Amino acid sequence: MGKRDAIMGLAVALAIALLLSPFASSWPDGLERVAKDLGFFEKGEGAEVLKAPIPDYKIPGLDSEGVSTALSGTLGTLAMFGIGFGVARLMRRKGQ
Amino acid sequence: MHIPDGFLSTTTWVSAWTVSAGGLGCCLRQAGRAMKDRMVPLMGVLSAFIFAAQMINFPVMGGTSGHLLGGVLAAVLLGPWAGAVVIASVLIFQCLVFQDGGLTALGANILNMALVGTLGGYFIYRVIAKLLGGRKGIVTGAVTAAWFSVVAAASLCALQLALSGTSPLGLVLPAMAAVHAVIGIGEGMITGLIVGFILKTRPDLIYQGQGIGSRVSGLGPQAMEPVKEM
Repeated sequence: MGKRDAIMGLAVALAIALLLSPFASSWPDGLERVAKDLGFFEKGEGAEVLKAPIPDYKIPGLDSEGVSTALSGTLGTLAMFGIGFGVARLMRRKGQ
Repeated sequence: MHIPDGFLSTTTWVSAWTVSAGGLGCCLRQAGRAMKDRMVPLMGVLSAFIFAAQMINFPVMGGTSGHLLGGVLAAVLLGPWAGAVVIASVLIFQCLVFQDGGLTALGANILNMALVGTLGGYFIYRVIAKLLGGRKGIVTGAVTAAWFSVVAAASLCALQLALSGTSPLGLVLPAMAAVHAVIGIGEGMITGLIVGFILKTRPDLIYQGQGIGSRVSGLGPQAMEPVKEM
């Protein structure tokens, strides 16, 4: 994969994070649905052992949920590109 | 199906952490051996794309939603080992930064989605691709494997919940498998569309396993574009 393809691929990922993420369904996911139906959902309430900086993709202090989700999605996507690229490069070097 | 903290018993999450730490170490070693220079930017793009796509929950039946897991997609393009590393990286990042999946449950989440979903999914994909052959084999294999990867990960998650005493297996296993059998259709459709598109535009990006690549894919060397190094 060349530079141009990488930039195009990253652009697609960023567009998904920026433009689509605010419109994602907020319905419970498969596990949450089952947890609610079978009555063990509350076991996870307040059980977090770690306070993450951006819990549930909601940037603290930002009122608009849509903006918050789009922003954390975009920044997260950029960071994940860096992480994936970096890990691949490290593995390439070690594997040689 | 990111398990939060509180759902798993200590014995279960510690065991899952141990198994996935070992499994992930093995994947890192194997992936390093199979890693080519041209795969490095692809791994960056796929990590970014799967993270973004996992944010897009699509509605399925009755007030339930699902999103792409991406394990089979990653494995079809990067091979099983690097594919598993991509999904594990996404899960670790989501857990540490966005509290998406609990820290205690991270081992179980990596085991279910990154290891079993991706490696198991890749195995199914390869068997079908080999049996059917050609581009059709690749797409059919990817779609089927994508569905199985979601249902397998969900079933394993149900087993961990049962082992933790959170919910009886007889209830939680059919419930998790049924919901994810529907979500898995979305996984299969998205994976099939993307793999189909890549086969048409950049077939050289499909991972070729050692020695049997051309037989599996049915793509002769003439179908390959010259690979540009980054």
